[in-house]
Amino acid sequence: MDPVIFLIQVLNGVQYGLLLFLVASGLTLIFGIMGIINLAHGSFYMIGAYLAFSLVRLQGNFWIALALGIVVAVAIGAALEWLVMRFLYQRDHLYQVLLTYGLILIFEELRSLLWGDDVHGVAVPAGLDFSIPLTETLSYQVYRLVISLACLSIAAGMYWLIQRTRLGMMIRAGSVDREMVQSLGIDIGLLYRLVFALGVALAAFAGMLAAPVSSVFPGMGNQVLILSFVVVVIGGIGSVKGALVAALAIGLADTFGKVLVPQIAGMVVYLLMAAILLWRPQGIFGRA
Amino acid sequence: MDRQPRSLQVLLIAGVIALAAFPLVGEKFYIQFITKIMILAMFAMSLDLLVGYTGLVSLGHALPFGLAAYALMFVSPEAEGAGLGWSLAAAAGVAALASLVVGLLVLRTSGIYFIMVTLAFGQMAYYYVHDSKYLGGSDGKYIYVRPVLEIFGWKPFDLENHTHFYYVALALMAFVYLTIRVLLASPFGRVIAAIKENEHRMRMLGFATFRYKLVCFVLAGALAGLAGWLAAAHDGLVNPEMLSWHQSGQLLMMVILGGMGTPAGPVLGAAALKLLELGFQGWTKHWQLLLGGFIVLSVLLIPRGLAQLFEWKRRG
Amino acid sequence: MSTFERRITRREFIQGAAGVALAASPLGAPFVHAQSAPLKVGLMLPYTGTYASLGNAITNAFKLYVAEKGGKLAGRSIDYVVLDDESEPAKAVDNASRLVNRDKVDVLVGTVHSGVQAGIVKVARESGVLSIIPNAGFGAATGPLCSPNIFRTSFSNWQTTFALGKVMMEKGHRSAVWITHKYAAGEEMFAGFKEGYEKAGGRIAKDLWLPFPNVEFQALLTEIAAAKPDAVACFFAGGAAVKFVKDYDAAGLKGKIPLYGNGFLTDGTLQAQGASAQGIMTTLHYADSLDVAKDKEFRLAYAKAYKLQPDVYAVQGYDAAQLLDIGLKAVKGDIKAQKAMTAAMEGVTIDSPRGKWKMSRSHNPIQDSYLRQVVGEQNKYVAVAWKALEDPGRGCKMA
Repeated sequence: MDPVIFLIQVLNGVQYGLLLFLVASGLTLIFGIMGIINLAHGSFYMIGAYLAFSLVRLQGNFWIALALGIVVAVAIGAALEWLVMRFLYQRDHLYQVLLTYGLILIFEELRSLLWGDDVHGVAVPAGLDFSIPLTETLSYQVYRLVISLACLSIAAGMYWLIQRTRLGMMIRAGSVDREMVQSLGIDIGLLYRLVFALGVALAAFAGMLAAPVSSVFPGMGNQVLILSFVVVVIGGIGSVKGALVAALAIGLADTFGKVLVPQIAGMVVYLLMAAILLWRPQGIFGRA
Repeated sequence: MDRQPRSLQVLLIAGVIALAAFPLVGEKFYIQFITKIMILAMFAMSLDLLVGYTGLVSLGHALPFGLAAYALMFVSPEAEGAGLGWSLAAAAGVAALASLVVGLLVLRTSGIYFIMVTLAFGQMAYYYVHDSKYLGGSDGKYIYVRPVLEIFGWKPFDLENHTHFYYVALALMAFVYLTIRVLLASPFGRVIAAIKENEHRMRMLGFATFRYKLVCFVLAGALAGLAGWLAAAHDGLVNPEMLSWHQSGQLLMMVILGGMGTPAGPVLGAAALKLLELGFQGWTKHWQLLLGGFIVLSVLLIPRGLAQLFEWKRRG
Repeated sequence: MSTFERRITRREFIQGAAGVALAASPLGAPFVHAQSAPLKVGLMLPYTGTYASLGNAITNAFKLYVAEKGGKLAGRSIDYVVLDDESEPAKAVDNASRLVNRDKVDVLVGTVHSGVQAGIVKVARESGVLSIIPNAGFGAATGPLCSPNIFRTSFSNWQTTFALGKVMMEKGHRSAVWITHKYAAGEEMFAGFKEGYEKAGGRIAKDLWLPFPNVEFQALLTEIAAAKPDAVACFFAGGAAVKFVKDYDAAGLKGKIPLYGNGFLTDGTLQAQGASAQGIMTTLHYADSLDVAKDKEFRLAYAKAYKLQPDVYAVQGYDAAQLLDIGLKAVKGDIKAQKAMTAAMEGVTIDSPRGKWKMSRSHNPIQDSYLRQVVGEQNKYVAVAWKALEDPGRGCKMA
């Protein structure tokens, strides 16, 4: 492979991986810190994309739509936690799995009722709608670079939040011992609501960011869902750092898999997961 | 395992009698529909052996199921049916072998990691079959004639007849149920239950827990293979979706919904999901909303699954 | 609240659920065959998922035709039995069996997805029910698995890409890269393209496949740029088509390496694709702005009834109803006279919005393949790419 092409493929893999990270980060937060397995996570990604579509159509400015969309997503997350999720903390993981599976069905149908079943597009925001030529035939979309930068910033932001702030300390404590945190006078219910809303917002934000480069269509959450789980598990549950590393690994594996071994490209990600888990059953940065 | 509540035993016997009598009054479509439910119930019971009794939550149980189905397709000639006995043995054998290989690799993990690793292997098998042209690719392949049982020229039943097929499925379902019951009541079964309670303790006591779990995993795989063979014979069409995580996931839903670790749970779960699907689809285009709502409500209101509805309150 | 009361409530819950399920399904009511009784038409189509808009378009157009005939075909009113197949091949046999065995439909119209079609074809062959395919290009249905009771009013996958090769050669593109999803439909599209292109003297530099339904195209777009072919030919539909066209443009390939495909690349997707799709040329058996009288009538009627513009899927659904009507008229509504009915349907010339077409011996349309170009939000007709293109029906015993 031509060295320039190789580098471009690395860039492709990293960009894809970073977007996966953004989605998976929400999942690892919810899973790692609250212990909740949320199968409906892909649905939030889809909701984000559809929100972007509607909000842009309503008022035209992409960035305003993003801001509004985040607010709506946080509200949805908080409401969902209050209505349904908080009854599951004491229950076995499997009931969470079952309930959130039911949620997937509900969200999919609500989407159909509210937005119909057509495929939609969202325009790349003005000012970023150009490409930088890399070779004589190939250009790279600037907006994709922007997405990657956004993902990296959020990764940094999350790290700072969880490792360096009081809130982060409470979150980390709450994941280890819920009762203890409560007896220290911290409203664990509110804390969990916050974390859940944050997780939902991250997934929805990923959907909104990605909408201009992907299309907005029914079922778009499904592929993302299973890959998010793979990222979380390979990286180690609850580890944002792990999610980043794992997502990049998967992005690169998927990209190079398609190019080098197209016959088994579909299997590559799962081979990677199986290999890593068999070497380190708790994931790369997971606590044993 | 405690003795089942009397009410449940009565219900089970009544259920079997009802099932046996049904073909006399039901028409073709419903006979075939109930056959499908029975096949799913078998499949669900095999998963419950892992989930409810051994504490191994597998999200890749579609692997032995689907591989067995493809095995039947592989050995079925184009113009006639495969021999029932040996094709069944081959299918279950393939399923058991696959489970053995996967089990050796995955049983070292536990908890959510176990779930994901079983998912990974399921998906690998799925993509392998999905992307290979000679196995029919994403459209799958047909089985033109159902397996045939012939003993020295005598055919006790004809699987092409949907009522005969129904009874064979019923018999196999009873076989799976009894096998699991017997296993759980045996000393082996008690070790399994103890491992589920506290694997560490059992290891301290000197039990080779890995081996016990492996045996369970392989057995569950073989039983799933039985269901897979039946499913392929019934539909006459094998398709990579039989190996997908959706299939594994839906099955897990049935087991959880019905009530894990209860004898009737998997059957109830399979029947409930299928019947509700059928019913809701008749009502509205947005039936998935109703089904999703039902699932959410049942998790919130019926904590231990549908089987809980049959638990009469014990007095005193 | 006593234990006794609670017990009743819970039991009722189970009974209620079962009752609901059973009540919603008619339990084998006796069905009287009479020529004036309503005709049961089963519509097995996707109403949820990526192909839902296709299912809706086909249904709308089918019903439009029936409404144009006063709600009756050959004197018989129509009872629709609608079933959402969710484009799930795994449930295909179940769903088709339900329509045939439980609901006892007289004719089964469906479906969109080729994988689901395989299941319908199986049930149709076993039960002998009249089956009309309004979309799925599944080659075997009018090939090795063809059957006297199975008809198609849409296309075979091969048919939609065969003419593309000649078009590309005429424009001077001597080498091309092909790209699509790795699944049966993709492979059949490739086979059609390969045959047509190589026959016209073209050379396929590379064929690229990505796992279905993956839509991360960046890696392969980079490969295309590295290979520098004269042109690119592809097959994508629905959401994948939208993304591919946009990604192709964003990667800077749009101006440098012309993109071609069959019409599914740009049908029903132009609003979402916007500027990225402008100028793309495709081949398909339908186009916007056709100079066909029937088409102008049809487009007006459809727009009036549904406040939407029709697309190729609607045309196929409309023709399915037409075909059924012709067959029924020939036997005066007596659908039991299947042999006479299918004979009439075989010899038919359909006056379709896409232009007139005949039924081939393997029961697939023999139709013109049009060259179209995207202008604005329309696939404008440019020329006829191949006149009266017939799928050879290889392996079909009737062909």
